[in-house]
Amino acid sequence: MNTSLILLILAIIGIAGYVAGARYAMALVGGISSKLHSRPGYYGSFVAVWAILPAVVILFVWLVASPMFISSSVRGAFPEEVKTQSQAEQGLSYGMITSIARGMNALTGDEIARIENNPVELRAALGAKGVPLAGDPQPFMVKAAAELNRMTFVSRILMTILVLGASIGGALFAYRQIAPRFRARNRVEKVILGSLVVASSIAILTTVGIVASMLTEAAHFFTAIPAWEFFFGTVWDPRFAAAGSGGSEGQFGLIPLLLGTLYIGFVAMLFAVPIGLFSAIYMSEYASPKVRSVAKPLLEVLAGIPTIVYGFFALTTVGPFLRDISSQLNGLVTGDYANFIQAQSVLTAGFVMGIMLIPYVSSLSDDIITAVPRALRDGSLGLGATRSETIKKVVLPAALPGIVGALLMTASRAVGETMIVVLAAGVAARLQINPFEPMTTVTVKIVNQLTGDLEFTSPQTLVAFALGITLFAITLCLNIYALYIVRKYREQYE
Amino acid sequence: MNMMSESAVEKALDQKMSDASHKMIGKDVSVYYGEKRALFDVNLNVRENTVTALIGPSGCGKSTFLRCLNRMNDTIENCRVTGKITLDTDDIYDNNIDVVELRARVGMVFQKPNPFPKTIYENISYGPRIHGLSKNKADMDQIVEASLQRAGLWGEVKDRLHESGTGLSGGQQQRLCIARAIAVSPEVILMDEPCSALDPIATAKVEELIHELRANYTIVIVTHSMQQAARVSQRTAMFHLGQLVEENDTDKMFTNPDDQRTQDYIMGRFG
Repeated sequence: MNTSLILLILAIIGIAGYVAGARYAMALVGGISSKLHSRPGYYGSFVAVWAILPAVVILFVWLVASPMFISSSVRGAFPEEVKTQSQAEQGLSYGMITSIARGMNALTGDEIARIENNPVELRAALGAKGVPLAGDPQPFMVKAAAELNRMTFVSRILMTILVLGASIGGALFAYRQIAPRFRARNRVEKVILGSLVVASSIAILTTVGIVASMLTEAAHFFTAIPAWEFFFGTVWDPRFAAAGSGGSEGQFGLIPLLLGTLYIGFVAMLFAVPIGLFSAIYMSEYASPKVRSVAKPLLEVLAGIPTIVYGFFALTTVGPFLRDISSQLNGLVTGDYANFIQAQSVLTAGFVMGIMLIPYVSSLSDDIITAVPRALRDGSLGLGATRSETIKKVVLPAALPGIVGALLMTASRAVGETMIVVLAAGVAARLQINPFEPMTTVTVKIVNQLTGDLEFTSPQTLVAFALGITLFAITLCLNIYALYIVRKYREQYE
Repeated sequence: MNMMSESAVEKALDQKMSDASHKMIGKDVSVYYGEKRALFDVNLNVRENTVTALIGPSGCGKSTFLRCLNRMNDTIENCRVTGKITLDTDDIYDNNIDVVELRARVGMVFQKPNPFPKTIYENISYGPRIHGLSKNKADMDQIVEASLQRAGLWGEVKDRLHESGTGLSGGQQQRLCIARAIAVSPEVILMDEPCSALDPIATAKVEELIHELRANYTIVIVTHSMQQAARVSQRTAMFHLGQLVEENDTDKMFTNPDDQRTQDYIMGRFG
């Protein structure tokens, strides 16, 4: 029986258990549901949970464990000369055995009998059935494949019996517990609570897993390259990661990338913060509800544009425009029409990224400004303050911690941004301070180091993980600080 | 012009006892919230140096009328006011009147204490500063002290003027708000259920304060508590369903009202 069919049967048993449990509970009290401790549905759910949950757990464990068990016992039966081979070669042999096993299921009994005597024909016979083999099978492989098939078959049957048995047994066990004063609701709610806990721990565990994997890879990198060379190096020149070429030692200086990241992020915030903040003030304090209901969603559309699209915009419109205007300006002033702004520059990337960040700044700040209690505004207006005085002297100071938090969150987005920078600021890792020249960021270099043909053991690729963990640490600190500030601000009004 | 000299106040107070001059006159005041009409042609005059209490069941329009007196209704969307309200001789809904100036002359204290999240000193100095009432720091210090003195809060907070105003107790916060309103030297102070969020002891202190303030200011107070109206006011106006039912001397109102509805409300038969 295949897995989806088993799951379907489990679902049917569960539904039947639900109906039976609910009915039985009602019957116990003669149809007067108020005599039950819980609503009848909870008794039904209790039976259904017992019918499904343990059976699904057994099914899952079996599905994971049985291939492992079968594989190890098949490998254990390999002839001695195969066992002396390397792990990789044994793995290849096992792969072939599974292919043969799959193919043999498609063959008739006669064909199998013929092939067992003559393994050489096997490849052709299986090829005819659409199962390709990597090489000529050896005699022991056919036997092993037959053994594999047999074990798989037995395992399937055992699993089906066990799972369905657990399901029916669980349902009966739960059904027999039902009594008028039985606390079914408490039990069912415990299960629901448990599933909520599991769901939230999955998110947390994933984060922990990501950090752990980055840390281990970064640790490999730091065994090859000393940490101080990475963190304080001023030259980024990793060379090529050609397989087996030991001599090409690169230089992995973080400083030019980190500076580029911060510089471009700073320029972006320079554009985004005033525009975003002013639009938030307009939206929350001055705009009529009609204007607000149109303008706010429009502004938030900006947040939905994929960053790669901003990248084109920078590459095809903003960059050339800045370059041309700079050459015109230069021409007007000096008579020499050479452009002083490169098409790909810190300014281009910062400007376009700033546009991307406007909706974040304005939307977050708008929420925070709107959350300032109306009583404060009334108090100020009631004293004869103008609207603008009220905003400047009461509303904004009260909202300031929250706004700072919002800006920090926005900054951490700016630091993590990749696509705009690739297209608008280029990939040249340079250590300089002219905003009209190209620079690059940490994220761009991570992409750079991890694309193309690579060897996953060289420092040239492993450096990506060191960069990643550095970036992660920066954004994590920014976010934690932002959350801290926002939380502190909330306390003021509670 | 805004500030009256002490002797003028005394004179005005004496005069009041006969037939006092009317500080504010409301004529045919109606208020609409969108399509809904909240006030129906209210004619109510506020006497100078008098505490006028506005009473009536919830939703009767007494707060709405109060907020008309310093145009706080302007801050509510869809709110429309018709009729005429004058302060002294100025029509406050006239286009020539600056609403900011009006609110400096007609201060307001709200239902819930709403000190700014600033220090006590800054809470008081906020109004004088935006209106440019002080020439220098010493001047401002004096305004702050005088306002807190008048609000009866000086003794309690003089050692912590530079701590946050939100850290005070509810009653202290409300007196801080009153001090804040006094600091801009208004002529009229509007109070919208100023004691509804306070405990009885804090309420008693605020009522005592209202009593003292009467010498210098004209006060209009909205209250849900009949006892409070009886204790603090000289004139009482009763609202019901957006209409002014009766306006009378407080003593008469609570002993022998002219209108049956007032009688019923005061006796607790409805509302």
